[in-house]
Amino acid sequence: MGKQATRVIVNGKSHARVIDARLTLADFLRHELNLTGTHLGCEHGVCGACTVLVDGRTARSCLMFAVQANGCAVTTVEGLAPEGQLSVLQQAFIDNHGLQCGFCTPGMLMTLTELLRDTPAPSEQDVREALTGNLCRCTGYAGIVAAALDAAQRLREAVAKPGSP
Amino acid sequence: MKPAPFEYHAPRQLKDAAELLARLPNAKLLAGGQSLVPMMNFRYVIVDHLIDLGRLDELRGVAVVDGALRIGAMTRQRDLEFSPEVAKHCPLLAEALRHVGHRQTRNRGTIGGSLAHADPAAELPAVCAAYDATVHALSVRGIRRIAFREFCTGFMATALAPDEMIAAIDLPIWRLGHGHGFHEFSRRQGDFAIAGAAALLDVGADNVVRRATLTVFGVATAPLRVEAAEARLAGKPLDTAAIRAAAAAAWLVEPISDIHAGGDYRRHLAQVLSARALNDAARRAGVEA
Repeated sequence: MGKQATRVIVNGKSHARVIDARLTLADFLRHELNLTGTHLGCEHGVCGACTVLVDGRTARSCLMFAVQANGCAVTTVEGLAPEGQLSVLQQAFIDNHGLQCGFCTPGMLMTLTELLRDTPAPSEQDVREALTGNLCRCTGYAGIVAAALDAAQRLREAVAKPGSP
Repeated sequence: MKPAPFEYHAPRQLKDAAELLARLPNAKLLAGGQSLVPMMNFRYVIVDHLIDLGRLDELRGVAVVDGALRIGAMTRQRDLEFSPEVAKHCPLLAEALRHVGHRQTRNRGTIGGSLAHADPAAELPAVCAAYDATVHALSVRGIRRIAFREFCTGFMATALAPDEMIAAIDLPIWRLGHGHGFHEFSRRQGDFAIAGAAALLDVGADNVVRRATLTVFGVATAPLRVEAAEARLAGKPLDTAAIRAAAAAAWLVEPISDIHAGGDYRRHLAQVLSARALNDAARRAGVEA
């Protein structure tokens, strides 16, 4: 019942599948494409672990059916940097103890990637407000907020001095 | 935590969507999915057919029509939050949107979906109540206009017939220079409100209130206009005493009790938040009350 042909561009690569209409985008990414970097915590839109970018905007992938993403461009945590490398934000998470168990981290990274793209010089309040949709049960958020502010500064410096890392 | 199987429909034309809704048994409309999909994941909601409105571009957009801001039902909350038309003509809506869920849910969530869901603690129905909005209900039978005061019929229940969908919402535009205020209390940013209040004030150069609305939400099965407060304000000079008396009228509401808060606490919040909303509205209308 309810099989649908669906094509989704994930991290720049087009994927066509015939899938159940009830398959969430999160399960599509994890089970059909084996992109298990997107984590599923609550499966009802509260924890934010499954956050991905859909056409450049964050969305909870547990609250979207994959068929809704037909024709859309999706970015997951695997798409933040080339294989074997880390984005500036990912490196800042390591440097600032922005993660412990790592379960919430993919969602945190996607939410903050959108924030830093749209708000290059966020205040601590901006960061904390952006993070209200993502739960972390290890860090107490302090390291995550520090990582976001650190990454924002590094990204601004990189813009100011083109060519530097 | 997986939804039950269903047939998926993604009509490209509005008339096809209306026709599907009229014809298919046990069908539901999918707007932004930020409330419906969790309910489907929990299997509180089990449908045979899901009609996705996401491909209907004609349901998206904001325009000024006949003195009202007409908002397509499928306009995303995030787009309304940053819409220059909304900021100019219906600033109360822009302010309320900052309290609606989180950025990730506003990116997907729509105004029409929020109204059809009709959560008593939701912000957007309260804004529609404050503005005396008109809901355009579309079906194969045509468009029916529903005054918002008749739209919410009970706890998460609306006046929409089973074959009707929200096509657009008209928010009557108040005079430029009117004041607005919106306050809510929730345990965490982005949660549904335990209680909240929305105020609109049109104050003349003589400091006399031409028009006032006060709406409280989260306290009853639907957003509630505090008519006693509006009567105290309209046609009278606006000052601290008038605002205090109007906010005190919110005390009269008989609030609901649930696991989040007791009725007495909600009644207290309704009064305090009404005063704050009215004070903000007065200040923005150019009155130092």
